[in-house]
Amino acid sequence: MKLVVSSSPHLVSPESVPVLMRQVVLALLPALVAAGYFFGPYALFLVVLSATTAVACEAAWQKATGRPVSVHDWSAVITGILLAYNLPPRAPWWLAVVGSAFAIIVAKQLFGGLGHNFINPALAGRAFLLASWPAAMTSWVTPFDARTTATPLPLLIPKGQELAGVAAPAYRDLFVGSVPGCLGETSALALLAGGLYLIWRRVIDWRIPACYLGTAAVLGWVLGGPRGLFRGDPLYHLLAGGLMLGAFFMATDWVTTPVTRRGRIVFAVGCGILTVLIRVYGGYPEGVSYSILLMNLATPLIDRYTVPRQFGAQARKPAASRGGR
Amino acid sequence: MKFVAILVGGILINNFILARFLGLCPFFGVSRQVETATGMSMAVIFVMTLASFITWLVQNLVLVPLHLEYLQTAAFILVIAALVQFVETVLRKTTPNLYTALGIYLPLITTNCAVLGVALLSVQQHYGLVEAVFNGLAGGMGWSLAILLFAGIRERLALADIPPAMRGWPIAFISASLMAIAFFGFQGLFKDLFLR
Repeated sequence: MKLVVSSSPHLVSPESVPVLMRQVVLALLPALVAAGYFFGPYALFLVVLSATTAVACEAAWQKATGRPVSVHDWSAVITGILLAYNLPPRAPWWLAVVGSAFAIIVAKQLFGGLGHNFINPALAGRAFLLASWPAAMTSWVTPFDARTTATPLPLLIPKGQELAGVAAPAYRDLFVGSVPGCLGETSALALLAGGLYLIWRRVIDWRIPACYLGTAAVLGWVLGGPRGLFRGDPLYHLLAGGLMLGAFFMATDWVTTPVTRRGRIVFAVGCGILTVLIRVYGGYPEGVSYSILLMNLATPLIDRYTVPRQFGAQARKPAASRGGR
Repeated sequence: MKFVAILVGGILINNFILARFLGLCPFFGVSRQVETATGMSMAVIFVMTLASFITWLVQNLVLVPLHLEYLQTAAFILVIAALVQFVETVLRKTTPNLYTALGIYLPLITTNCAVLGVALLSVQQHYGLVEAVFNGLAGGMGWSLAILLFAGIRERLALADIPPAMRGWPIAFISASLMAIAFFGFQGLFKDLFLR
């Protein structure tokens, strides 16, 4: 008889990393369909290219460093898809390749692979691309006919006044996704379907999207208006830009977000605050990706200070294990 | 409004470590644990605020009237070093608690380039005395924010399965650079505030 010594929990469950990761890929598919419908086959090509690059980079790195090749866990596929979802629909193909390679090798494998990175790889890849090729990363096109345009996001905030001649899109267009934007972020409907599926299957914690979207809506209403406080449009803030994609698929990454319940709420509220601050007062039209990256940095500290009290422990003692002073 | 702008600018937008890349030696040196990083942070905030105050006086009451601006760098370094030694002695005699709390970190930051940097930047911006002190405070707080986040991350990385070639300094540098990329998100924040 073989005895295995391991720490709790000892429940046997059919859930494993590949099973959960496949659920996430499944949940990302509606947005892929929407991207193909609104932005054409080239958008699909970008997603496939990005995912393939991610898998190839992971396999090549693990082969080269003599580690077990773990690409069958689907995590690299998700990173590749999410990176492509954050690209403009007409981005040059090499942007997807460079971003994907940066995400997998620098942000993930250098730290030891899945579970060891402290920052969301896909978002790190996007931030790297935005810093290196800002023009290519911000050239938007309209859906269907691919005319050059701006995203609807600057329309809702004071600093976008030079675009005042352009009419804001209807809620229906924002909801369905027939608006300019990154190729995977425009369709709130498709992302909501995927996100709710993940919550239903308990793959992600509902607290993060709920608190993130709630905070963003409230703050968007308070600060987001063109003139004065409490004049913002919360629904527009929720539907426009990458908020849905971020709240359901990137702020819920198991590795780079807090493990405690209270910590997740702190994390999500922080994301919401930073998102609206950057949208309304920042130098970029969209703040979702940077807000999640910034909260990723704070995740170890949040985990440290939200450790739940042990059953029976004294309430006054700090629960975190501290070195002796 | 101007003070808010100086605070936000110093802490987030022009963060001394993640945007200006000053004061990196103690940033890497004492960021292995959150506790030591906290001690260092307190010392840096304290010294940067005080040094901003003293160097402003030196600049505007001594160097400018005597037309000795070319001695600025040397004078500031001398004044800051002497100031820290003086403060250390006074603290040890008067408030031993604070002295033991700041410990070794106080003398360590005598030669921290962020302290000199904040003094020189205040002169460059033609700040008044109160603004210069606020600038020092904001610089110290921004420095502290960065090192506390970094210490949390490094505590976590100590448990990570990092490839042998990357362990230690290489991964610390890469982590810090990824943090700097994330801090790009603050670029241009509250631009209207600064134009006023």
